[in-house]
Amino acid sequence: MSTLVEELACERVRPETDHRILVCGGIPCRSLGCRLVKEALEEELQKEGLTGRVPVEIIGCIGDCSLGPSLIVYPEGLVYQKLAPEDARAIVREHLVAGRIVEALLHRDPRSDEILRQREEMPFYREQARLVLRNCGVISAHIDDYLKYRGYAALALALAEMNPEQVIEEVKKSGLRGRGGGGFPTGRKWELVRTAHSDEKFVICNADEGDPGAFMDRNILEGDPHSVIEGIIIAAYAVGAARGYIYVRAEYPMAVHRCREAIAQARQKNFLGDNILETGFSFDLEIRTGAGAFVCGEETALISSLQGTRGDPKPKPPFPAQKGLWGKPTLINNVETVVNIPLIILHGSKRFAELGPEGNRGTKVFALAGKVNHTGLVEVPLGTTLRKIIFDIGGGIPNNKKFKAAQTGGPSGGCLGVESLDLPMDYDSLREAGSIIGSGGLIVMDEESCMVDLARFYLDFNQDESCGKCTPCRIGSKRMLELLQKITEGRGEEQDLEILEQLALLMKNGSLCALGRTAPNPLLSTLRLFRDEYLAHIKERRCPAGVCRSLVRPWINPELCKACGLCARVCPAEAINGEKGVPYEIDLEKCCDCLRCLKECPFNAISQGGISRAEAVD
Amino acid sequence: MEQIIDKYRGDSTAMIAILHDLNAAFRYLPREALEIVSDRLSVPLSYLYSAATFYRSFDLEPCGEHEIQVCLGTACHVRGSERILDALSRRLGIKPGETTADGKFTLKRVNCLGACALGPLVSIDQKHHGHLTIHQAERLLEAYKDEHD
Ligand SMILES: Cc1cc2nc3c(=O)[nH]c(=O)nc-3n(C[C@H](O)[C@H](O)[C@H](O)COP(=O)(O)O)c2cc1C
Ligand code: FES
Repeated sequence: MSTLVEELACERVRPETDHRILVCGGIPCRSLGCRLVKEALEEELQKEGLTGRVPVEIIGCIGDCSLGPSLIVYPEGLVYQKLAPEDARAIVREHLVAGRIVEALLHRDPRSDEILRQREEMPFYREQARLVLRNCGVISAHIDDYLKYRGYAALALALAEMNPEQVIEEVKKSGLRGRGGGGFPTGRKWELVRTAHSDEKFVICNADEGDPGAFMDRNILEGDPHSVIEGIIIAAYAVGAARGYIYVRAEYPMAVHRCREAIAQARQKNFLGDNILETGFSFDLEIRTGAGAFVCGEETALISSLQGTRGDPKPKPPFPAQKGLWGKPTLINNVETVVNIPLIILHGSKRFAELGPEGNRGTKVFALAGKVNHTGLVEVPLGTTLRKIIFDIGGGIPNNKKFKAAQTGGPSGGCLGVESLDLPMDYDSLREAGSIIGSGGLIVMDEESCMVDLARFYLDFNQDESCGKCTPCRIGSKRMLELLQKITEGRGEEQDLEILEQLALLMKNGSLCALGRTAPNPLLSTLRLFRDEYLAHIKERRCPAGVCRSLVRPWINPELCKACGLCARVCPAEAINGEKGVPYEIDLEKCCDCLRCLKECPFNAISQGGISRAEAVD
Repeated sequence: MEQIIDKYRGDSTAMIAILHDLNAAFRYLPREALEIVSDRLSVPLSYLYSAATFYRSFDLEPCGEHEIQVCLGTACHVRGSERILDALSRRLGIKPGETTADGKFTLKRVNCLGACALGPLVSIDQKHHGHLTIHQAERLLEAYKDEHD
């Protein structure tokens, strides 16, 4: 029997035989000029008299961002990559007209030197299990395309043949857990909202995607908005809601635009609105945008923001399932969570539960980024090892550098070191290892990444985003950040680590919402795994990875300087001054850290990180 | 101004949407505009300011002619975006969040622009420039300066 993944892949083999070009419209490809490629293609098509015969469309992200700008030519399903507008000519004349594949534009696997034609042949895709991303990069965001691939069939099935309790039962049996970070069992949450007594209930889809390294929700909303909408409608039917909202980050204008269009299309076909598909069930959906506040991803803060005020979080309980929007029972689910729903309804909870270990069913999309060869969205069954994701799918670390750590769960998460490479990536294993899956951000770091700096980075983020309502988070994060700054500037003392640990505990236990309660996590996990690195910053005033600026900036030791002036002559920033007989000095305001002076000095008088050492001596 | 407020007439939840529209129209939230909103929606001015200062998307000072956003998302950070921010900040003689005296450039830090594959990333007037070195970022800035002199 084929797996659900294979079944979906089969379904998605193009039913049409005509040529069609789908250009990747993910953000990296957009930045690299995919629109120009599209225009060039249209121009070439016109020259060949093929205008209108071969549609060229910009769709959502195809997947491997390191190949951009890329496109897929159907019906062959060929991927042409790293394109410039000039390549349009070859694609049209050679491929479309003469029927010869343009080998030069295909992807060549750097490891095997093999030419890879189809998406499915590339290791980046081959090893994935694209359930949630089933339509991303395969179809356009238009409803007609979605309907060709059994779109809204799950909704029709649920409305016609299942009562709300049966839908909830199916979701419960699937074992699906929330993908927004908390991992709460989705079916149970639905049941709570269903059984809450009220004249009115709401459904909210959380598309705030606050982790500053995660982009899966955005790609789904841009590439496959109808799957999100279908999932939300089924959820609304199950819990008994008549109105819903998608709360999208203001920073995602394209996602907002595509969702608006998709909602209008769905309304027109009566998947939304009154008496949906003549079943007597009515539901309508609206888009609301955030305004750039991380805490608004937290559900109670999100509700405050939806009500048109500051996004202040509220103590729980009461949970939104009891008292949410306007005080009414409210279901809040993440984008990725709801995209799983149509699959579960259509293919059955049993098929879904074949993926992933007990208690961690289904797949998870990770946003793979950082020091890794292939950056992009990677969807794998829960329980897949970190090694497989980073090395088999991601193609390993660039420039033959060594893997040092991976950060998961964003600002609320933690680090996993080399010893965790064979750890199954699921909710429970990660929690045991001191991190979380979170929303799926996965940042790879190599030996040139400083873990103390990373902890400072996340604390800076959390401190900046703290809403300031509760003291442990407002002041705790500030004090912790100050201590970390002190350490990264080479002014740290050993006792600072203990103070940091105490403050972390206070914040974890005392903060009002999960932002503050989880904010110390990146610090605690790096401190546990890389304490040596902290100590190097403190005791030796040294940043082993060479990242912390105060510790790597050049400094002229006045005792060794012979005032020869060579350094000043090679300095491109004219940052070194001095005169005969007096030791030279570097103006760090001007210095650009190129370290040419250091290499040039015949007396080894220039070293890195000396400033803080000098201060420590003072 | 009136149009923007009328568009959302009657909807008490529309405050954030109104602020978005005003910010887009004026490139910041002028006090006079907020006073009118306060008057028309019958909400205290302090209430509007509490929201305007809470959300990052709103500016309380006019934005410069060119908006430079340096991505400080995690992926860009591990690829060294902070140094690029420093370099641009030094070149422009302003701190992140400020606008140059001639009103030409506003320098901002943002969280993940969603193009992590291209990091480190700088966006000028919504146009992304990826894989930047410090040197390239400085040259880019010079190009914008020259272009408009
Ligand atoms: C500080 C903070 C930020 C959060 N950001 C998000 C987010 O960006 N997207 C999201 O879906 N959930 C986010 N959450 C989790 C939500 O509060 C909530 O648990 C989730 O949306 C529920 O959906 P799920 O059950 O489908 O996961 C955040 C939580 C906290 C504490
Ligand atoms: S971190 Fe810079 S684009 Fe994502």
